Amino acid sequence: MKKFLPLTPVAGNGLLDRRLFLQGGVALGTAQLVAGNVQAAAARPESMSLPGEPFTPYGQPAQFEEDVVRYPAPNRVLRNNGASWTPLHRLEGMITPNGLHYERHHNGVPQIDPAEHRLLVHGLVRQPAFFSIDNLLRYPMRSQICFVECGGNSNAGWNKTPSRAEAGYFHGLVSCSEWTGVPLSTVLAEVGIEETAKWLIADGADAFAMNISVPIEKVMDDAILALYQNGERLRPENGYPLRLILPGWEGVLNVKWLRALKAAEKPIMARNETARYTELLPSGKARMFTFTMEAKSLITSPSGGMVLKQGPGLYQVTGLAWSGRGRIKQVDVSADGGESWAPAELQDPVLPKAFTRFRIPWQWDGSPATLKSRAVDETGYVQPEREQLVAAQGRQGFYHYNAIVTWSVDEYGDVTHVYDAEQKQSGTDVSIDADWD
Amino acid sequence: MLTGISPGADEPTPGPDLGEPADSRAVSSHDWGIMPDGAGLPEGSGTAEQGRVIYDRLCLSCHGPGGLGDSGDQLAGAQMQLTDEWPEKTIGTFWPYAPTLFDFIRRSKPMMQPGNLTDSEVYALTAYLLYLNEIIPEDQEMNASTLAEIKMPNRDGFIQVLD
Repeated sequence: MKKFLPLTPVAGNGLLDRRLFLQGGVALGTAQLVAGNVQAAAARPESMSLPGEPFTPYGQPAQFEEDVVRYPAPNRVLRNNGASWTPLHRLEGMITPNGLHYERHHNGVPQIDPAEHRLLVHGLVRQPAFFSIDNLLRYPMRSQICFVECGGNSNAGWNKTPSRAEAGYFHGLVSCSEWTGVPLSTVLAEVGIEETAKWLIADGADAFAMNISVPIEKVMDDAILALYQNGERLRPENGYPLRLILPGWEGVLNVKWLRALKAAEKPIMARNETARYTELLPSGKARMFTFTMEAKSLITSPSGGMVLKQGPGLYQVTGLAWSGRGRIKQVDVSADGGESWAPAELQDPVLPKAFTRFRIPWQWDGSPATLKSRAVDETGYVQPEREQLVAAQGRQGFYHYNAIVTWSVDEYGDVTHVYDAEQKQSGTDVSIDADWD
Repeated sequence: MLTGISPGADEPTPGPDLGEPADSRAVSSHDWGIMPDGAGLPEGSGTAEQGRVIYDRLCLSCHGPGGLGDSGDQLAGAQMQLTDEWPEKTIGTFWPYAPTLFDFIRRSKPMMQPGNLTDSEVYALTAYLLYLNEIIPEDQEMNASTLAEIKMPNRDGFIQVLD
């Protein structure tokens, strides 16, 4: 039987002061957890008895991490149409590794030779012009660390039965990278965009010929013609050689393999801004042009599917929060299903429209607990409970699910996704259509 | 210096002006989007009868007989309305603009050979889908002017939330 640390909880069910780990109290807790295995370690392990592997031109993850992968969910017939989820529950920090950035492709990943690729800027401009990749690489650039989130992320949350998928394979159609490229406002100033232009219609160079409309105000504010992701050129599945980045806005607008931008007075009303990426309300009307991704958070550890194998003791509760409206101001964590809350420590840097890592120590006493996190952004927006979100939006919106996520921990340490209340809703329980189309 | 590049700046950061002027022919080869009022619709025409043949050959395997849906979207034949518990969002119940059908089919379909349909084939498929949704009669020809004139049943079904 392990002894409990003499620490005073700051909220129900053993949540401790967020500053505990910073104060050095963690050393005691960690030693307590790992003591069992240390005695067995060899005096000189094999890694110290032979020379190691040679150099590699491009490094890969450790062989023991081969199960830290995206989870692809393609359409059941057209396997290049679909999405793949980032394993958020297996990652730490705020940056998503490039090979694990989520994907949403409508008809596969094109392989584009940058020497053959041009961006055409046309429409309501003084001088329509082509920009080669080589030429764009000569432009002044800026970088921004920001998340990109699919509008359909977390949409299993609309289902009446709680999804049993692991946290990343439920909420991982969001990733966070440092994107670097040319401010789109620079290029638009050069071609002489006209006063009457209110929208830019973006076209992708994939087999789907993806198109969508973006308001010019957003473009002039912070849009990037991105060439680099986390320091290296874009990956093919993230739009190589050129994509649009619109910090904080719905993923579908961040057009990959960007080929053309047409300045126009009005939006084109493409399939993906009318029939899709709009949210049907109970009234039968649908919300359109819901661009901003509202504040959201989730605990990534412990999270659904994990087991607290080592039993009662001190754990770190950690997760991610983000908001398309700016910085995360606060993340509160509850271990008693929302009866009481304690503020989590926010890991620096806390950047606008970027993942913010939060942590809080938790002394689990071995009895059932219910973990939640709740994000507040700098505009004062508070992440809603699921019941509030469903009451406001109904259950047929498909997109923009950002409710508080609840993990139940049972007396064996098994962590499971649950909803607060037993769902007393009529009708059959049909799942959200998983066949991405 | 170029160090002050930040979002929300009043004036765009100056660039080296390396755009290569595009002439009208180059622009028109890229400018194939169709606006909701029909602007951009090309010449050509087709009927539902012609469209049915193309549909059965290229579209049916994913979208099912008569557009009832399979691995691909349900396109027609909605039994449920948008206010029902399990609404069916089809072209007839949900799509606000008919010209969008032309834009989408021409640019994206069929999935295995996108871009291979002639403009008249796209008009024919558009006509067939509108016919399946009981929006036009089977014998009505779709072309640039007739397609632009169609008012879709859910034309006023959207709330614009610009934020």
